[in-house]
Amino acid sequence: MAVIRDPAIQALQMAVVVLLAPALTGLVRKVKARLLRRRGAPIVQPYRDLLRLLRKEAVLAENASWLFRAAPYLIFAATWVAAALVPTFATGLLFSWSADLIVIIALLGSARFFLALAGMDVGTSFGGIGSSREVMIASLAEPAMLMIVFTLALIAGSTQLSTIAAFMGSPAVGLRVSLGLALIALVIVALAENARIPVDNPATHLELTMVHEAMVLEYSGRHLALIEFAAALKLLLYVSLIACLFLPWGLAPAGDGPAAMAIGIVSYVAKLALGGVMLAVFETTIAKMRVFRVPQFLGAALMLGLLAVLLRFVSTSL
Amino acid sequence: MTVVIVLGCVGALLLTSAAALAAAGAKAATALVYTACLAASAVIAAAALSGLVADAASSEITLPLGLPWIGAHFRADALASFFLTVTGLGGAVTSLYAVGYGSHETAPHRVLPVYPAFLAAMNLVVLADDAFTFLLCWEFMSLTSWALVMAHHREPGNARAGFIYLMMASFGTLALLLGFGLLAGPQGGYEFAAVRAARHPEAALILALALAGAGSKAGLVPLHVWLPLAHPAAPSHVSALMSGVMTKVAVYGFIRIVFDLLGAPGWWSGMVVLAFAAATALLGVLHALMQHDLKRLLAYHTVENIGIIFIGLGLALAFRADGMPGAAALALAAALIHVLNHSLFKSLLFFGAGAVLTETGERNMEHLGGLIHRMPLASLAFLVGCVAISALPPLNGFVSEWLTFQAILLSPAVPQWGLKILIPAVGAVLALSAALAAACFVKAFGVTFLGRPRSAAPAKAGEADGFSLAAMFTLAGLCVLAGILPGFVIDALAPVTRDLVAGRMPLQHVLPWLTIVPISESRSSYDGLLVFVFIGISALISATAIHRLASRAVRRAPAWDCGYPDPSALTQYTAGSFAQPIRRVFGTVAFRAREHIAMPPPGEAVAAVLRVELHDPLWETLYTPLGELVAAAADRLNAFQFLTIRRYLSIVFTLLVLLLLVLAIWL
Repeated sequence: MAVIRDPAIQALQMAVVVLLAPALTGLVRKVKARLLRRRGAPIVQPYRDLLRLLRKEAVLAENASWLFRAAPYLIFAATWVAAALVPTFATGLLFSWSADLIVIIALLGSARFFLALAGMDVGTSFGGIGSSREVMIASLAEPAMLMIVFTLALIAGSTQLSTIAAFMGSPAVGLRVSLGLALIALVIVALAENARIPVDNPATHLELTMVHEAMVLEYSGRHLALIEFAAALKLLLYVSLIACLFLPWGLAPAGDGPAAMAIGIVSYVAKLALGGVMLAVFETTIAKMRVFRVPQFLGAALMLGLLAVLLRFVSTSL
Repeated sequence: MTVVIVLGCVGALLLTSAAALAAAGAKAATALVYTACLAASAVIAAAALSGLVADAASSEITLPLGLPWIGAHFRADALASFFLTVTGLGGAVTSLYAVGYGSHETAPHRVLPVYPAFLAAMNLVVLADDAFTFLLCWEFMSLTSWALVMAHHREPGNARAGFIYLMMASFGTLALLLGFGLLAGPQGGYEFAAVRAARHPEAALILALALAGAGSKAGLVPLHVWLPLAHPAAPSHVSALMSGVMTKVAVYGFIRIVFDLLGAPGWWSGMVVLAFAAATALLGVLHALMQHDLKRLLAYHTVENIGIIFIGLGLALAFRADGMPGAAALALAAALIHVLNHSLFKSLLFFGAGAVLTETGERNMEHLGGLIHRMPLASLAFLVGCVAISALPPLNGFVSEWLTFQAILLSPAVPQWGLKILIPAVGAVLALSAALAAACFVKAFGVTFLGRPRSAAPAKAGEADGFSLAAMFTLAGLCVLAGILPGFVIDALAPVTRDLVAGRMPLQHVLPWLTIVPISESRSSYDGLLVFVFIGISALISATAIHRLASRAVRRAPAWDCGYPDPSALTQYTAGSFAQPIRRVFGTVAFRAREHIAMPPPGEAVAAVLRVELHDPLWETLYTPLGELVAAAADRLNAFQFLTIRRYLSIVFTLLVLLLLVLAIWL
């Protein structure tokens, strides 16, 4: 039974993240529009956009190299693999042991590495500005994220995401200061990693304020579709991560029947919707920062993460 | 057995060196010398690796050389075998590269005779089994590498680099000399076996001397200052050897003294090493980000990676002192795997920089660009090296950093408060330097190989020669292999960790799917092979599906660039502009970075000038005052040069009386 069920859950997970990712992006846009008293595009609009882009021809700059053409596939693949390993509706993922939380973060780092290189490939100043700012933001966000991982790993005694998620759902967790600090830091990192306000503006096309959009400026057609898709997947990944770590209720434990799976899927969709709405509300109530205020913002996340780890070293109950 | 084979190969290298001295002018000399070095190094690597994998008993031999009543002791145990594998492999691949690269050499008679001797010296240091032989070979290694640094001594800056290197190398050997003196004790047992058996009450002093001696050769902050000057000054294959292999021999020296000979120093030793290591990692990568010279950038990255290796060593020291052999084995294995990994990818990157240098004549990234079109194969290999050194999965650099992180996560169990506070901070520094390394290699690859050519030279560059490419792809392949099959490397290291910290990691190659599990399955595991396969399959699925079902049409058009494409390649982002955000964030604190903009008054047709001012804190607070002090003292002492013979005689007489008095009071 387990021989069939475990691969099925893993395959379902891979399909679920791909199918739901554009909907989450669409939901955030819709809620933001409603909060601004606009009608907004329907939630399914990102799917339509992706299909439209996929069918169009790709226009390449004259001196674009093979790296520019290969990068979207690598970025999408690395993000997809990372997203497929974060528990969404069930914890007992078949391949969860092949990559722990540190690897998942590093896979996103690989995707970003190639995206930043692709931004520099055509040799325009916008691509360069985007890449250079992206790596500056990442150079602070990544260590902050690792500090959060350390906190969780020290509390749960494991860096395996499945084990951590199962532990966080058990009554052994309790209320801890370090977890609170880690949650704040994780939200800050998630905002920065997904190029959301106040770090970057996903809706902007004003050249000097943009980071992510500047890097992908030269992309078009299917390549752009893949990069947009990867960005949507990454947003979904971070919402799933926050959900499975800090709202682990409803998550189907390993080896449970279809009923638990159904509850798991329903609660997962509800958590995604909650995350999307909260993100939209947050984004509409705050202004974008100047790019050189971002290091202080992310530095705060890094310090909170470090503080959380230190607390864990000082006392096992904090 | 291993020791005899390796000594035979070393003898062959020394003979090659002598033959090259005689025939350096001949046309075929380059290819012959490097082929001989390739063969000898390959045999060394094979013999050492087979000895390590078979867990052979340590082999030793005493030759009637050196001091008459001591002789020269050589021994190959597990630790030496591992490092001989690294030196042999690095030497072999570098020699293969040099068969092609060496043909562009302008002064072969300055390089060819010294190169085999340098290789021989590095292997001899690892083999040495008594203090005298060790120091002699260490100094031989310093001098041969110095001669190679000075191969192009007329180029600006190289003479200064050689001078500073010579100073620091002498300082390092002096520290080691004193350290071995303390280790040998008043009885003067210079054989390592005798040193091991003795007790060492001056452990703190010996640790400090080992850190200074081996650390100055490895590039530990604050003794790293010679490294970014000397490594780039040498011919590129020698740079690869110095950065990739010689720094590892220095790490070997440190491990040999502190882990093996010194016995078991207390937990404070881990703290001292960790503090220096963290500073090295962070300062190295920040310096690297500020560089525009490709080879100097790589050299500063060596400093960073030495920091990462020493973080592992410091953790291992702390765990060993606290009686946690499993954790100590993990930390030590992480450090040793990083030794191997760094020797692979740093050599690869220096080969790439050498290929760029021969094809374009440029090391300054601000004059390069667009080389991916002109050197597609070399740039692919360089890209693999960049991904590996940036610690990105599924390549090998990630494995060793992941293992180091796992070791850090075991550290709440240590009882000392100093370590409890320091280790999380070290973890944060390690994470920060890994992220900054990725930023730095986006810059290095992006500015050098991507974009449009910034000057005429890269626009007409050609592909690197076949030997160079073969060497680069060998290393790139090894980087991938070590990344997806790390379990075999960990298993091969088991005898080393058993000897040094009396513990070992769980057996890895029997685990399903070749996963690696540092402690236990429920705690953490990583499978590079599966991650690699997953990424490959996902990329393949998406590419096939899109090309089949959606569109595969491609049209070439001018760059979009928001509607304002500029035909001049000078409007691209440069290395300086790429690093500007990071310079503002970190550099203002670390280097007191300031930007000065000289704007011409309105109406005047003069170019505006942007000047970046950077200060190297160590040069300004440590080395410059030290140099001034020496110069001032020399000025004072200068007076003694012009005295009359009567004065000299009276000074000598006074001193003699004083010394006799001291002696009389002392005894």
